[in-house]
Amino acid sequence: MESTVTSAPPATSPGTQANEPERLTFPRIECRDINVFYGDKQAIFDISLPIPDRSVTALIGPSGCGKSTFLRCLNRMNDTIESCRVEGQIIMDGENINDAAIDPVLLRSRVGMVFQKPNPFPKSIYDNISYGPRIHGLAASREDLDGMVEKSLRRAGLWEEVKDRLTAPANSLSGGQQQRLCIARAIAVQPEVILMDEPCSALDPVATARIEELIDELRKRYCIVIVTHSMQQAARVSQRTAFFHLGILVEMGETDQIFTNPRERRTEDYITGRFG
Amino acid sequence: MVQQLGHLPMGWLMLALLAMMASGAFFVGRVQAERFSAAGSGRFHSRPNYHGYYVAMWTVVPALVMAMAYGLLGDDIVRALLRRELPASFSAMPPIELSVYLDSISRAASQGGFSGSDRIFSAITNRFLELQGVIKTVTIGLTTLCAGSGFLLARRRVAPGFRARNKVEGGMEAFLFLCAAVAIATTVGIVASLLYESLRFFAQVPIWDFLLGTRWNAQTSAEFGALPLFFGTFMIALIAMLIAAPVGLFAAIYLSEYAGPRVRGSVKPILEVLAGIPTVVYGFFALLVVAPTIRTIAVWINMTLINAGVTSEPFLAAQPTSALAAGLVMGIMVIPFVSSLSDDVINAVPQTLRDAAYAMGATKSETVKHVVLPAALPGIIASLLLAVSRAIGETMIVVMAAGQRARISADPTADLTTITVQIVALLTGETEFDSPKTLSAFALGLVLFVITLIFNLIALRVVQKYREKYD
Repeated sequence: MESTVTSAPPATSPGTQANEPERLTFPRIECRDINVFYGDKQAIFDISLPIPDRSVTALIGPSGCGKSTFLRCLNRMNDTIESCRVEGQIIMDGENINDAAIDPVLLRSRVGMVFQKPNPFPKSIYDNISYGPRIHGLAASREDLDGMVEKSLRRAGLWEEVKDRLTAPANSLSGGQQQRLCIARAIAVQPEVILMDEPCSALDPVATARIEELIDELRKRYCIVIVTHSMQQAARVSQRTAFFHLGILVEMGETDQIFTNPRERRTEDYITGRFG
Repeated sequence: MVQQLGHLPMGWLMLALLAMMASGAFFVGRVQAERFSAAGSGRFHSRPNYHGYYVAMWTVVPALVMAMAYGLLGDDIVRALLRRELPASFSAMPPIELSVYLDSISRAASQGGFSGSDRIFSAITNRFLELQGVIKTVTIGLTTLCAGSGFLLARRRVAPGFRARNKVEGGMEAFLFLCAAVAIATTVGIVASLLYESLRFFAQVPIWDFLLGTRWNAQTSAEFGALPLFFGTFMIALIAMLIAAPVGLFAAIYLSEYAGPRVRGSVKPILEVLAGIPTVVYGFFALLVVAPTIRTIAVWINMTLINAGVTSEPFLAAQPTSALAAGLVMGIMVIPFVSSLSDDVINAVPQTLRDAAYAMGATKSETVKHVVLPAALPGIIASLLLAVSRAIGETMIVVMAAGQRARISADPTADLTTITVQIVALLTGETEFDSPKTLSAFALGLVLFVITLIFNLIALRVVQKYREKYD
């Protein structure tokens, strides 16, 4: 327990700030002492983690280590699970989003999410993208909405492939295209943060490469948190990496540092494939 | 002595015989196979047990065929033999009377012989018992013979290279196929008899007069225009669906999307209890509670309208039995069909779709309205169609609460009659089987069958397409 406290963010962040001032000027999200319980079972123990803006933070760790659960705290998706209880503070824009006064519906329009398996709605491509803007009343007119759909699809790198068949059902797209559609759908709501829960685990290497390029492109505008099982992916796309094990944040820091010179023995063992 | 044999309890005897032969044959087959393998004569294809099953199979099946033949024909053979020996005076009797007489003989025989004063009757009964004794003895002998020869033949095949396992598997498959064939054959038989009798009816009454005629009066005068019946059926089904579709659907949405596991765990079984209430109970509820209430309300509306000077005649029919009463209660009856099936299809919508909507900041009702319901729509439609076909075929409620009068009237407080009610009315009481009155029941049954079949087929088709989409 002591070792986790010593490797906690406040000790490391000043140093990293000095190294890369343009990236880590200000944490977009500040998590303090997060504990998550499923019924009586505790899944996450006292996790404190700052998440910087306009960069990619990767959460890695073996299955069942709590990284997805932690990710789902950031947009309060855990609210949809009956037995789940979240304690601790998650500060975003000076507000604790765990506060009962915060409306999770509004929060989720600021924190978008992309899931493990592509999950387009069984509607047309156009309707998938326009759904978010419609329910949040973001578009003033039909032309406005068309523009938003185009912009979102362009940012997700899908526009050229689907511009001639926007009315086709989204299920007719390939797996990789569907996942980019889901990213476009999340972007269309104009979020500030995008959470990705193993977005490439159901995709082939070519589609994975496209999504990774896209993530690298998106980090210029958004704060991105990605859960991944692939160490190479974490190394390729992220600037900061946090290693979870058994519900505990073992180590976090610059991705380069984590992968080349981890401070913790457990991190090294996991990264080199000795367990996990 | 032979007469005593007539009292043999054939059912139990056969059963015991079959069980004994089966277990005996099984052990013989197995022991023989084991002996071969102990002697080390090559490697056995099948394990000893399968040889046992194989021998038992060939012992029991021929015996079973014999036993079934006895069950089907035994009594007829005894009667035929007896009839040949009857005194000449009996051959002058009309066939129906003779068969009634023989029935009473067989009843007396089964009660242990007749000891009354009628000497002729008593003699015939004793002869009947004698003949029965002979037939029973012969049957038991033949059964044993069949079983024995089957047993011997099968036992000779027990050998290391013999594929007993495959044979037993084949026998198992044949048995299962037979069970399935029984259900299919019954359905085919029912449809065939419906068709046959309907054709006889249509030979007497033109089919278009039946389907499009507007006057139905099968009981008194021969008027067979079934259109009022179709109208009544659909009117009541429509009222039922107006209740069941929204209530059932919203209940399903509540149960699958909003209710917590504890509420769901108790409400769902309660809702399904509704499906277990016998329809006759719904029927008298409709007749004794709902119909009088509707009548009272209708009378009150009539009075109010007349007092207000809107009309001078009563506006509503306000009958003691009414389409509305039957329809309302039927609607309540089919709610569980809609809610249970819809609940299943809503639950089958992948959770990832809901997560996607929630993650975009959709509220619960937006998620249900825009994502869950459209995805579940085909299944919901199927559940509604199944409920409709259920409502159309429902009998007891309408018999009790809808009335007997065949007419086309849009007034829901008027009494109507339906296809099912008329079938019941036509076939209860005194019936003769070749009058158009009775035959018309078959034609109505055929129409009912075709309608529900179409609804079920569409529903099944829709459900199938829906499955393909998500599996």
